[in-house]
Amino acid sequence: MYTKGKLFRTLGAGSLALTSLVVMATTSGASSSTLAKGAPVKIGISLSLSGDFSGDGLAFQAGYQLWANDVNKSGGLLGHKVTLDIVSDASSPTQVVTNYQKLISTDKVNLTFGPFSSLLTLPAAQAVSRYGYAMVEGAGGAPSVFNAKLHNVFDVALPVANSLVPFATWVSSLPKSQRPTTAYYVTSNDPFTQPQLPVAQKIMAKAGIKTVGNQVFPAEVTDFTPIADKVAAAKPQVVVLGATDVPTVSAFMQAFEQSGFSPKVFIATAGPDQGSTFIKAVGAANADGVMVPNSWYGLAANPQSKKMVAEYIKKYGGTPAGVNADVAEAYAVGQVVAQAVNATKGFDNAKIISYLHSGVTLQTVLGKTKFDSLGENPYMTAYTFQWQGTTGTKFVQVNPVGDPNSVKIVFPKPVWGK
Amino acid sequence: MNFTAFVDAAKDGILTGSLYALMATGLTLIFGVMDIINVAQGILVILGAYLSYALSVHLGIDLFVGLAITIPTLFVVGIVIEKAFLGRLKGPEKTAMSILVTFAVALLIEGSLNMIFSVNPVQLHAWYVNRSFSVGGIHFAYIYVAGFVLAVVMLSALYYMLYRTRFGVSVRASLADQASAALVGIDVRRVSTICFGIGVAVTAAGGMIYGATTTFNANTSYDLISRLLTIIVLGGMGSLGGAMLGGVLLVFVGNIVGVIAGPIWSTMAYYVLLVIVLLVRPQGLFGKQSARVA
Repeated sequence: MYTKGKLFRTLGAGSLALTSLVVMATTSGASSSTLAKGAPVKIGISLSLSGDFSGDGLAFQAGYQLWANDVNKSGGLLGHKVTLDIVSDASSPTQVVTNYQKLISTDKVNLTFGPFSSLLTLPAAQAVSRYGYAMVEGAGGAPSVFNAKLHNVFDVALPVANSLVPFATWVSSLPKSQRPTTAYYVTSNDPFTQPQLPVAQKIMAKAGIKTVGNQVFPAEVTDFTPIADKVAAAKPQVVVLGATDVPTVSAFMQAFEQSGFSPKVFIATAGPDQGSTFIKAVGAANADGVMVPNSWYGLAANPQSKKMVAEYIKKYGGTPAGVNADVAEAYAVGQVVAQAVNATKGFDNAKIISYLHSGVTLQTVLGKTKFDSLGENPYMTAYTFQWQGTTGTKFVQVNPVGDPNSVKIVFPKPVWGK
Repeated sequence: MNFTAFVDAAKDGILTGSLYALMATGLTLIFGVMDIINVAQGILVILGAYLSYALSVHLGIDLFVGLAITIPTLFVVGIVIEKAFLGRLKGPEKTAMSILVTFAVALLIEGSLNMIFSVNPVQLHAWYVNRSFSVGGIHFAYIYVAGFVLAVVMLSALYYMLYRTRFGVSVRASLADQASAALVGIDVRRVSTICFGIGVAVTAAGGMIYGATTTFNANTSYDLISRLLTIIVLGGMGSLGGAMLGGVLLVFVGNIVGVIAGPIWSTMAYYVLLVIVLLVRPQGLFGKQSARVA
C-alpha cells in the first residue's frame, strides 16, 4: 500500500516523465530545423506507389524527383543537398499517417511534402501538424482538407470546388439552339470529386439544363457497368463524371459505348488529365472531345513550366500533351518550399508556416501561387482541357473561352465507336 | 424505376457474374481437391490479363487466339507453383498454411508484374471490346457475351473432365479419401499437381475477359481476390456449380439493389445476402461435407 508521501513522489515522477515525453514529441520538429554544414536536408514524403492511386503516386514521385534534381544541380537548399525519403502508403489513409509519423520521429526528416489525393492529405496533414511541421501539397484541394482548419497545410493547386465553373459557364452560355437540355451528374463519394458537381449543376440548372440524374457511388466499386448503364438509359446530353482515376473514366466510357450511348458533352473531374496513361486505357480515337478541369497542362506558356516539361521529356520521353498534371503539381510543391526556405533562411517549420501565411506571392510551374488563411490557393485560374483529334497527342486548353491560350472547343463530342 | 435500367442491371448481373464465376472456378477446384485456399488466384487472373496484353500489343495476336498460348502457359505456372511451394505442405495445418504460402506467391508475382509493366493501368483492346448488338432495345456487349459463353464452355469442360474421364475418377477418389485412393493405385500427388495446374490455367480465360472489360494493374488483384473468395464461400467452397451461382448472385443482387436504391447500397446488399445464407446454410449454397466438388 502507498503512503501519502510515496504516492506524491510517484505521481510527481510520473508527471515529469509524461511532461518530458510531451515536450520531446512537440519539439522534435524544432530539433530538425538546424543543419550541420554539409549535411543533406531530408524531405519526407508518403506516396501511393501501389493501390488505387498508384498511377498518380508515381507521377508525383517523378515530379518531386525532377525538382530535387534541379535544386541539387543548382547547389541545393541553402547549400544543403536535398535527399527525398519517399515511402509508399499503398493508397491507404491509415498507412499515410503511420508513414509521416515514422518519417518525422524515426527518420528525422527536416521537411515534409504532401501525399496524393484529398483522401490521404487530410489525415497526413493532421498527423504532421502534431509535430509542428508544414505540409505543402499539390493534390489535397478538397474542402474537407481546409475545413479542418489546420494551420500547417498549403495546397499549391486549384481548390477543387470551383474546378468545373468555367466548364459549366461555357455550357450555359451556348446559344439556346445548341445548348444541351439534359445533364446527368454521377460521382464517386470521394472528397475530391463530390464537392465539384453541385457547383456545376447549380450553374447549368440556372441556364435551364435539366438534371435527369444524380448519383453517388462508393469509391470502392470495381464494376461500373450497372451504374453507367443507368446513366445511359436516361440518355442525357451532358455527363459530368466525378472520378479520381483513369480506370473509373475508362470503365464508364466503355460501358457507354457498349450501350450505344454517346453524350454530346463528357467531362470527368480527373482521369483524362493523366496523359498517355489515359490514352492507353481508352484508346486515342475515343479520347476525342473528352474534357477535364485542371489548372495546368503540358503546353502551358509559363517559361518555368516549359523548362520542366523539357526536362521531363528528356528523362522519361513522351510529348508535352502526355505529361501528367501531377508532375507539375509535385514540382510546384518543391518550388514553394524552396522559396520559403530561402526567405526564412533556414528549415524551421514554424517560420516556413508563418511565411507562407504572410500573403506572399510565389512563382511556380503552375503560375502565381498565394495562400489564403486556410492554406488554399484561390488565386489559381481554373481551366478546362480537352483531347482533340484521334492521335492522342493533342491535349489543349479550351476554357475559359476568350483566354488567349484557349482554342475552339470540339462540340458536340464525336460519337464513340464511329 | 426505369424498366430499361432494371433489365440492363439483370442482364449485366448474369453476364458479368459469369465472368466472376469463370475466375472463381479455379479457386474452388483447387480447394475442393487439395484443401488449399489459393489467395494468389487474384494475381494469377491479372497475370493472365497481362499475358494477353503482351501478346496483343507486342505480337498483334488476337485476344481469343492468344488463349491458345496463355492457357497452357498458366497451366505450367500452376504446376511450378504447386511443385515448388504447395506440394510441401502436409498435416492438419495444411489449409491455414496454404493461405500464407499463396499470399507470398501473390506478392512475388505482383512485384514482378509491377517491375515489368509498371503500375500504370492498362486495358486490352480489340475491335469487338467496345462493340455491342441490340436485341429488343437491350444492348449486349460482344465481350461480355463472349465471356459468358467461355464461362459456360469451360465449366462444362471441367464437369466433363470430372465425371466422364478416367482422370476425373482419380480426382473424385482422391477427394473422397486420399489413403484409399492411393491403395487402389492412384497417384494422389500427381492428381493434386495437375488439378492445381488446371485451376490456374482457367484464370487465363478469366483474366483475358477481365482485362478487356476493366482497366487493370497488378494491384487490381486485391479487389479481385476479395470478390472471388466471397463467391466461393457463398456458393460453397469446392463446388463448381456454387461458383457459377455465387458469381451471378454477387453481381445480380448488387446491380438490382443499385438500380432500386442507388449504387451506394449495392455492395452492402450482397454481403447481407452472404450473411443470411451462411446463417441458414454455413457450408454455402452447394457446399458439402463429404464430397465438395458438386
